[in-house]
Amino acid sequence: MMNYFPDEVLEHVFDFVTSHRDRNAVSLVCKLWYRVERYSRQRVFIGNCYAISPERLIARFPGVKSLTLKGKPHFADFNLVPQDWGGYVQPWIEALARSRIGLEELRLKRMVVSDESLDVLSRSFTNFKSLVLVSCEGFTTDGLAAIAANCRFLRELDLQENEIEEKKNHWLGCFPDSCTSLVSLNFACLKEINLAALERLVARNPNLKSLKLNRAVPLEALQRILMRAPQLVDLGTGSFVLDRDSDDSETYRKLRTTILKCRSIRNLSGFLEVAPHCLPAIYPICVNLTYLNLSYAAGIHGSELIKLIRLCGKLQRLWILDCIGDKGLEIVASTCKDLQELRVFPSDPFGAGHDAVTETGLVAISSGCPKLNSLLYFCQQMTNAALIAVAKNCPNFIRFRLCILDPTKPDPVTMQPLDEGFGAIVQSSKRLRRLSLSGLLTDRVFLYIGMYAEQLEMLSIAFAGESDKGMLYVLNGCKKLRKLEIRDSPFGDMALLRDVGKYETMRSLWMSSCDVTLGGCKTLAKKMPRLNVEIINENDQMEFAPEDSQKVEKMYLYRTLVGPRKDAPEFVWTLV
Amino acid sequence: MSPPLLGVGEEDQSNVTLLASPASIDSLCRNSSELKERNYMGLSDCSSVDSSGVSMVSDGNKSSLNLKATELRLGLPGCQSPERDPERCLLSSAQLDEKPLFPLHPLKDGQYPSSQKAVGSGSKRGFSDAMDGFTKEKYLAKSEVAPMLSPRPSSNLGLKTEPTNAKEVAPSKIVQERPRAANEPRPNHNGSANGNSSAPATKAQVVGWPPIRSFRKNSLASTSKNNDEVEGKAVPGAIFVKVSMDGAPYLRKVDLKNYSKYQELSSALEKMFSCFTIGQYGSHGTLGREMLSESKLKDLLHGSEYVLTYEDKDGDWMLVGDVPWEMFIETCKRMRIMKSSDAIGLAPRAVEKCRNRN
Repeated sequence: MMNYFPDEVLEHVFDFVTSHRDRNAVSLVCKLWYRVERYSRQRVFIGNCYAISPERLIARFPGVKSLTLKGKPHFADFNLVPQDWGGYVQPWIEALARSRIGLEELRLKRMVVSDESLDVLSRSFTNFKSLVLVSCEGFTTDGLAAIAANCRFLRELDLQENEIEEKKNHWLGCFPDSCTSLVSLNFACLKEINLAALERLVARNPNLKSLKLNRAVPLEALQRILMRAPQLVDLGTGSFVLDRDSDDSETYRKLRTTILKCRSIRNLSGFLEVAPHCLPAIYPICVNLTYLNLSYAAGIHGSELIKLIRLCGKLQRLWILDCIGDKGLEIVASTCKDLQELRVFPSDPFGAGHDAVTETGLVAISSGCPKLNSLLYFCQQMTNAALIAVAKNCPNFIRFRLCILDPTKPDPVTMQPLDEGFGAIVQSSKRLRRLSLSGLLTDRVFLYIGMYAEQLEMLSIAFAGESDKGMLYVLNGCKKLRKLEIRDSPFGDMALLRDVGKYETMRSLWMSSCDVTLGGCKTLAKKMPRLNVEIINENDQMEFAPEDSQKVEKMYLYRTLVGPRKDAPEFVWTLV
Repeated sequence: MSPPLLGVGEEDQSNVTLLASPASIDSLCRNSSELKERNYMGLSDCSSVDSSGVSMVSDGNKSSLNLKATELRLGLPGCQSPERDPERCLLSSAQLDEKPLFPLHPLKDGQYPSSQKAVGSGSKRGFSDAMDGFTKEKYLAKSEVAPMLSPRPSSNLGLKTEPTNAKEVAPSKIVQERPRAANEPRPNHNGSANGNSSAPATKAQVVGWPPIRSFRKNSLASTSKNNDEVEGKAVPGAIFVKVSMDGAPYLRKVDLKNYSKYQELSSALEKMFSCFTIGQYGSHGTLGREMLSESKLKDLLHGSEYVLTYEDKDGDWMLVGDVPWEMFIETCKRMRIMKSSDAIGLAPRAVEKCRNRN
């Protein structure tokens, strides 16, 4: 029936289909739909930049306006991937520029970006509006200067946790006076900033809704900025400290008065440096907050955090340090009834952490916040009983990431592994999509995961399991698995090779410090030509004609349509 | 049928079938040679599993890997289906009724091997292996990572030499190891239940653990320099001082705690006031505890346009670099980047101090 509609009608219908997965599904229905869909697709998401080439992207989606690209594997965040591994955005930007695609938005994660790339980007796309860089590296503030200077209609510049070399230029001053279109600006990961240029920029951009400052912006400057931008919805403070000088009380008073006017702020973050006695300045806006991120605010005692939290009754997302303690989490549980996402980070990752949180805090949260669906929890210990209670109280988890700082620690009460606890979580949360495990775990937990985690898409395993069976349960049971990353677990060739077809249904598999051998990886590579099986090979021991029986330190495999990548460094071997 | 989750505390019998049955390699190989329907596109939820692959007929006395348990089913897990062997099934419905899946207290059977096995097995790389420089013995003797281990190394070593290499874990082995586990002294349990009573002094840092991004780690590190406090908590103690520069339109503030020596402070200031040149102050390398010789000081003043000075607690203006760094951050109230022509008056005092030290 749909075949009798003109293409324009189909296109109009497809306009309402926005998620990229749904659009992927639409494109598979028939050739006609494939054709209409591809010409009308504007947003493309590529989860692994090496799965496809820029040329093929452009050939299929000539109308693309927004591109999201991800590069390095997730474990690169934790220093498990060496420098120069890859993930360069340059070829993408060059290809898009050559083809005169009307790119408006570029979102990159864990990619290597150069100043040259940013320069080409800034000059090639007249309607370029939005640049979001997350955990990227390889560029300096010169690149940012190019973006500021050349992108006349820039609306968003969002730099999250990138490694940026800061030159002596004043890149922020490169925004021309005619730039008045900014809606979102985030430079929290920089160490320096030109304050005067910043204040002028804020003053002439009345549509600014999201502003995240860095450490170099002192409290006085924050006050002046807020005076100019009371319409902000999303604020990341810089330095929130008053120092020894005597004129502080005046500054503080002005700040309080100014903040009172900022009634639109819903998301509050930053506090990269904070003195506890300054916190009361934000009390007036706490009641409106739906997102609060204090996870960088080391040095605020639990009691002060509690005073603050008591005022935040509408909070939906909370990121905090573990110095809030179990007691503090109980207050969160009784105050923040709408809480959906909680992240508790360790303030002292390598120490003994006396104020840290335990299973008690988590149970309290689960008990008070039944809407909880996303959790990242670093703690000293966890018990099966607690996890079972949490599972019962909160059956809606979509993301559940538990990190016990001592990664093979059993339940301290029963001395048992945490299999039953995690099993309860996966059985109860039927919509679970992401799971990270820790603690002492046997193959049993993987059996539970394979049996119950039907929607699971991403699984992170560290120091867990006893035999190949563990991995097999997961590969066999989790039909929707897309990303599997494993470190320091006893899974070997038998598990790896049992079902080689599975990997083409997934985006990628990472295995490091496991028991897979070079021979096993070679066998896999041979059987599956549409996978890139890469061995990262940093030690000397692999230099001289390694034996097939030798264990592989790091293996990363991913499905791809374009064969082995040509930019692999010498320490990365792609097996064929 | 009550959902197993809610049946907390009811259990008594421990009939949950152990998954410890070793897989027969033959049956697994049989499976891999069959074509499987692959759910590439995620469009349909067809079960891709062979029903014939996992053989229910055991070879010898080994039972086969219960892959069936992980298959997608329409009914609740544990529903009886004709080909299932109820004995092999992990969760028969009868079991579901009688006992919860997740008992709260340890079962009598001790249904899995103890953590000693994890450490002792030669074929598995445990957490201990990931730590550089640790031998197994050292790990067993000192670490509190596996609290089940008794403090007596000898008994653990004995365990270690058990033939636990086999990936298959026959039920008999579990039974064998359990009594040992039960013999672990209780005090050990209490000690580790507290978790932090003994600081894990021997805990090596494993690469990439805990999984925290570098940006966050660095950020915490710089705001918590005084980390050896008794509470183990970070004391911020930021020391912000104003920095003015002759001719610059506005002042800056720096946190002296961010730096550990003059060199760092100097380059930071250089970056901050980069529109004006500070000169070679930072690169002399004569600052800090070393004394400024007269000639070097003259080089400093004549080679650069500006000098860095500070006002101390007594209200005197001093040249930065004379005193040890720690003393400097304690006494500095504010800083001024002065034109060198104005700073000449300071030179005699600095040189005098140097002479006094000689």
